[in-house]
Amino acid sequence: MQLIRSTALAAAGLLAFLVLWEAVPRLGLVNPAFLPPPSTIPAAFLREIELGVWLTAVLSSLSHYVAGLCAGAGAGIALGLVSGMSRGFEAFTAWVVRLLRPIPGLAWVPFAIIWFGVEPSAAVFIIAVGVFWIVFFATQGAVRGVDRDLVEVAQAFGFRGPLQRLVKILLPAATPGILVGLRTALGQAWMAVVAAEIFGVPGVGQRMMQASSLLSTDIVVVYMLTMAGLYGLFDSAFVALQGWLLRWRA
Amino acid sequence: MPEPIIDIRALSLAYGEGESRNVVLESLDLAVARGEVLVIVGESGVGKSTLLRVLMGLSRPSGGSVAVHARPDCRTPMAMVFQDARLLPWRRVIDNVAFGLEGSGLSRGQRRERARAMLALVGLSDLAGRWPHQLSGGQRQRVAIARALAVEPDVLLMDEPFSALDSFTREGLQDELQRITAETGKTVLFVTHDIDEAVTIADRVVVIAGPPGRIAAEVRIDLPRPRLRRDATLQDIARQLRAELSRRSAEL
Repeated sequence: MQLIRSTALAAAGLLAFLVLWEAVPRLGLVNPAFLPPPSTIPAAFLREIELGVWLTAVLSSLSHYVAGLCAGAGAGIALGLVSGMSRGFEAFTAWVVRLLRPIPGLAWVPFAIIWFGVEPSAAVFIIAVGVFWIVFFATQGAVRGVDRDLVEVAQAFGFRGPLQRLVKILLPAATPGILVGLRTALGQAWMAVVAAEIFGVPGVGQRMMQASSLLSTDIVVVYMLTMAGLYGLFDSAFVALQGWLLRWRA
Repeated sequence: MPEPIIDIRALSLAYGEGESRNVVLESLDLAVARGEVLVIVGESGVGKSTLLRVLMGLSRPSGGSVAVHARPDCRTPMAMVFQDARLLPWRRVIDNVAFGLEGSGLSRGQRRERARAMLALVGLSDLAGRWPHQLSGGQRQRVAIARALAVEPDVLLMDEPFSALDSFTREGLQDELQRITAETGKTVLFVTHDIDEAVTIADRVVVIAGPPGRIAAEVRIDLPRPRLRRDATLQDIARQLRAELSRRSAEL
């Protein structure tokens, strides 16, 4: 009953939002070229699909997204594990981390373009930088927080080397914390996708910039909603995966 | 006594330096016979657990020697059961029991087979597929015992393994342990601060007083098993041990 009620309320809220959005340009309160009414969006969406532009842009963005996420998360987990396990490594890198960490991902755009050109690899780089720090700190903290008693169990059963400690105890025990970081990174990487592509790397971001320069705001909205949809899809899939990986928890 | 399986001589352990030096164990001698159930009792902080940790290689002694005469083919001479079961929460019960067998050269199937046999021994065959968080405290501790037995150790080290359980479960597990040691002939080194528990399961009780921890008294208990907790002789021994412990702590 409670569920039906809250679902109905959520649907009513969305409907009210769409009605308001439709009314504002229709009543002439805002120029429809600046704010396209939602009723025009499906047609714009179909046009983009028929032109074949939508699929190309989405696939291109997804490839940057996945590559950047994998590279950034992979490096973040690897270095986070080492830093979480070794006080020496942590101390050695402490000031370098302090120096580099506050630099926003977008501040790397000039170098990305100089190093990689206006190429997909530049977008991948920018996305990876943003993802890296989130996953690095999540992993380092998770490893640091592993119950020492469990590490002792491994020792008591003869697993004394660092590699065995990592595989038998630290990695599985740190998985919940690492996954929290990855989920944050999943959202962060989407933001970086648009930002990276606005500079001309083909993809959703580039298509949005093209459309806005022609004042085709309905197309801009199509891609905004596309990104919301894709993010929702990825996040739901990730939550499902997370639930399965952490099925051992109460 | 025939050649002891564990021979501890002049064992000392201290932390820190100078003023803050904390002597936990001092010049402790102890020999454990093969197949013996030796229970160590003493108040908190006299180094009982430290002694087990030294044997397990988790703490380093500052003096003396520890010799373990295990079977020559024994891969893991000793296995430990901790006070809090310390199961790995991300492994199912069966894989927790098989934990210590990884790296033993057994195949996954063989490891599971052995783990299944150990679960049967502690009476938990039905729970093989459960996660640790789905078990009661007593069940968790049984799984921990099965995990320790699975590596086929010569000696089972038990560090207050039942002290966190309610008295009903505790007595059940004490009986269970007696049955298991009778079936397997394992040597057991069992630490507790519960004197009734000690006299119920022990072949020999050693009282450690301190700090620093030293052996203060020793009683051999030759009563047949299973023992009745209300047995007059047993209660008599418990009374003597209690008197000994309070006399020792009064001296200190």
